[in-house]
Amino acid sequence: MPSLIEFLTLAAILFGLGIAGIILNRKNIIVLLMSLELILLSINTNFVAFSYFLNNVIGQVFVFFVLTVAAAEAAIGLAILVVIYRKRHTIEVQALDALKG
Amino acid sequence: MMLSPLHLLFYVFAAMAVCSAIAVITARSPVRSVLSLIVTFFAIAGTWMMLRAEFLSLILILVYVGAVMTLFLFVVMMLNIDRESRISGFVKHVYIGLFVVLVVTGLIINMIGTPHLSVMQMPEPPVEPADYSNIQALGMLLFTDYVYPFEIAGVILLAAIIAAITLAHRKPKNRKAQRPSAQIAVRPEDRVRLVKMPSGGGN
Amino acid sequence: MDQILLYIALATALLPLAGSLIAGLLGKKLGHTLTHRIVVSLVGIAFLLSCYLFKVMVSDGHAAIDGVFYTWATAGVAHFDVAFLLDRLSASMILSVLFVSLMVHIYTIGYMADDPGYLRFFSYVSLFTFSMLILVLADNFLLLFFGWEGVGLVSYLLIGFWFERESAAFSSLKAFLVNRIGDIGFILATAAVFLYFNTLNYHTVFQQVHMITSHTVHILPGVDVSAITLICVLLFIGAMGKSAQVPLHVWLPDSMEGPTPISALIHAATMVTAGIYMVARMSPLFEFSTTALSMMLVLGATTAFFMGLVAITQNDIKRVIAYSTLSQLGYMAVALGASAYDAAIFHLMTHAFFKALLFLAAGSVIIALHHEQDMRKMGGLVSYLPVTYLTFMVGSLALCAIPPFSGFYSKDTIIDAVRLSTTPGAGYAYYCVLLGAFVTPLYMFRALFMTFHTNERTDFSLRDHIQESPWVVLVPLVLLAIPSLFAGQWLISPFIYANQKLLGDAIFVLPNHNVLNQLAAHYEGAKLMALDAGRTLVFWLSISGIFTAWLFTAKYPNWSVLFKERFHWLYRMLVNKYGFDEFNQTVFVHGTQDAGHLCYEVGDVKLIDGVCVNGSGRFIRWFAQAARLLQSGYIYHYAFAMVLGVALMLVWYVGGF
Repeated sequence: MPSLIEFLTLAAILFGLGIAGIILNRKNIIVLLMSLELILLSINTNFVAFSYFLNNVIGQVFVFFVLTVAAAEAAIGLAILVVIYRKRHTIEVQALDALKG
Repeated sequence: MMLSPLHLLFYVFAAMAVCSAIAVITARSPVRSVLSLIVTFFAIAGTWMMLRAEFLSLILILVYVGAVMTLFLFVVMMLNIDRESRISGFVKHVYIGLFVVLVVTGLIINMIGTPHLSVMQMPEPPVEPADYSNIQALGMLLFTDYVYPFEIAGVILLAAIIAAITLAHRKPKNRKAQRPSAQIAVRPEDRVRLVKMPSGGGN
Repeated sequence: MDQILLYIALATALLPLAGSLIAGLLGKKLGHTLTHRIVVSLVGIAFLLSCYLFKVMVSDGHAAIDGVFYTWATAGVAHFDVAFLLDRLSASMILSVLFVSLMVHIYTIGYMADDPGYLRFFSYVSLFTFSMLILVLADNFLLLFFGWEGVGLVSYLLIGFWFERESAAFSSLKAFLVNRIGDIGFILATAAVFLYFNTLNYHTVFQQVHMITSHTVHILPGVDVSAITLICVLLFIGAMGKSAQVPLHVWLPDSMEGPTPISALIHAATMVTAGIYMVARMSPLFEFSTTALSMMLVLGATTAFFMGLVAITQNDIKRVIAYSTLSQLGYMAVALGASAYDAAIFHLMTHAFFKALLFLAAGSVIIALHHEQDMRKMGGLVSYLPVTYLTFMVGSLALCAIPPFSGFYSKDTIIDAVRLSTTPGAGYAYYCVLLGAFVTPLYMFRALFMTFHTNERTDFSLRDHIQESPWVVLVPLVLLAIPSLFAGQWLISPFIYANQKLLGDAIFVLPNHNVLNQLAAHYEGAKLMALDAGRTLVFWLSISGIFTAWLFTAKYPNWSVLFKERFHWLYRMLVNKYGFDEFNQTVFVHGTQDAGHLCYEVGDVKLIDGVCVNGSGRFIRWFAQAARLLQSGYIYHYAFAMVLGVALMLVWYVGGF
């Protein structure tokens, strides 16, 4: 059985990849939302690993709730994406610069 | 160096997860990104199963992959993004961003590798008795101590449903249904217009 | 009785003030004649009251009276009052001030008769009298300063009386500014007195002096001065400004721009003696500071001799007498330095009479020649102006210390006192005053001969119109000639050599400084002193001075021309008054103007406007333009900023706090 450190390292790598996906992508917003899911996944892995090694079920309860909220947020995010597409007819990240100062 | 089968299995799952995660952010078409993400979820679900979180790993696959990723696929296909935007490549100053990400990740891994989290301090937990049920343990906690957050989670999902419907809802353009209230509220002036015309000679 | 005397003293001060206000505010309505009658009567009444006070305080020997009229302010324990100190010194001073002032008032009726500012002049002169009396009668430093500033102000107003003339405006400002420099010393001294004694009242201060004698003040690191020396030196700096000692003497010759009556009143008899009076009044303080006494000896002697030398080369009759005043003030300062305070006050009084006389006589000559002041255009006036000539002669003889005129007694006493003094600097002072005794008759009789004798160099058109001045001008001359003749003989015994001196307790002298007591051992009376004059060096120096003046001016005038060419450099130096004026103009005036320009161009325009005011605006605009680049509008940029923040936090955490 791998030690805790290995599980946490895996989670850290997934976290890093998720962040890279957010700040380095230029393609479209779908990738952004998916990177967000990756980050949440890595967090959940952390929780589950700790719950196992500390022999406490509470970690899994927390994952339960994170999963719920993540699902809700993904749904709403996609709905917003749909509305943006209807307005702008594109989902390029470059197109969303209305906040430019 | 002999690794136990479990350890090896873990590395297989881990490699799968990392590779498909890389594919998520680098794939050219969005459909491929979504599918890679699904593979990632599967791999991680396997990892969780190794950590004896059976309920959660199955829920991950059923709910997350089955519902949320399907939703992603729907949206990708609905918006015809696949064909429209095929710009590849990264942002202009990709190397700085990559550097910062590597710094962050490296530091986190550095902090993780402390003696406090090693095998000595965190030994494997004892094997549970045969009739141990993960779902039961979870349920015992969820419906007693954490029933209030549980209910609120339900309300959050309700709010999400309402929000998503409201945002994406379009008024139907060509619907030919009647609107009785409008029909009753009509006024004669809206329908009939009297016009005075000179009576001229005519046949 | 004391209260009555105090109120009489107050009246002597307030009557001229009333006259000044009437002349200034109501003069136009009342007309010239009525106004001058009122003003002169008021000053005359004040003079009679001062005679009465003199009799009571000095002749009858009443004790000194110190009375408060009004408490102006209190600050904790100290209180600042309007209060008079009526004692022998102040009674003597107000007598001489009011006498000369009355003479000048009467003289003005004739001198300024056709001047458009007639009423303004009377107002100013009476105001001056009021200020001077307050100065003399004050019993604390603050009221003294009030009078001090008052006379300075009126001097400014009167020097610049004909203010449309640019030279007059310049001179009045110069007088005021140089006076101001002296005032700084006086104010600092007052502050030091208040610091050490916690009161400004003379009586209290003098009683506590012995407690302060050991205190020292750290001026600079490593330089300690005794507190008393500091106070006395600063007081003397104030006196230097008012009484025109070197180097603050530069204003007095230029003050001749004012009308002659004020030259007589202010710059001969009263204002310039304020400094001398102040030092004499503070004799209990000065006695304890040998440094201040030496300073007075040296500076006074320098003024006495070197200013006398300048007078030899002047061609304006009033300037000669002005430099003579400077020289005589130097004599008085020397007397103060030798701790012969009574002699200084005695010389002050006799000098008031004969110097005012000389100025008024010169004024009589000037109006007779229709405002011609250059002696090179005078000459042979003895036949035209006999009375003026006689009074001028009396004044000159008094000034040159010829017995039995009054100047002889006072000046000889000073020279003898300096000879016996042991204060450091007395040796130098003695030689200066001794040589001054030769120089004084030289310039004075040169002036007399050039004006009244020698050939007539007056303008031809004027010659037929020269006539003696009206009686309002001549009466003061005669009245001033009388004390110039007799005051010395009458007053020397009670002033200097009586057991209970005229000035009594007002003057305090330490036993080891008391030269006048040493002189008293040889004194045998005024008459014998005059007859013995033939045995003193001073008398023969005076006679040789007169003889030299006669040689160079009357007998062989071309000798002076030859002398001028042989000793060209000496002549140039004296005509340029040792370069004091040029130095002040270049260094202080232009220096200040240049400093002002520098402050404006660099400090104001470049620094404050350019860098601070406009610069901060420019900086904000630049900063805003730079900060604008951060708002790109792209979400991934903002996310990157967040991640960067997290990275930095991690680095900080891992690297230790």
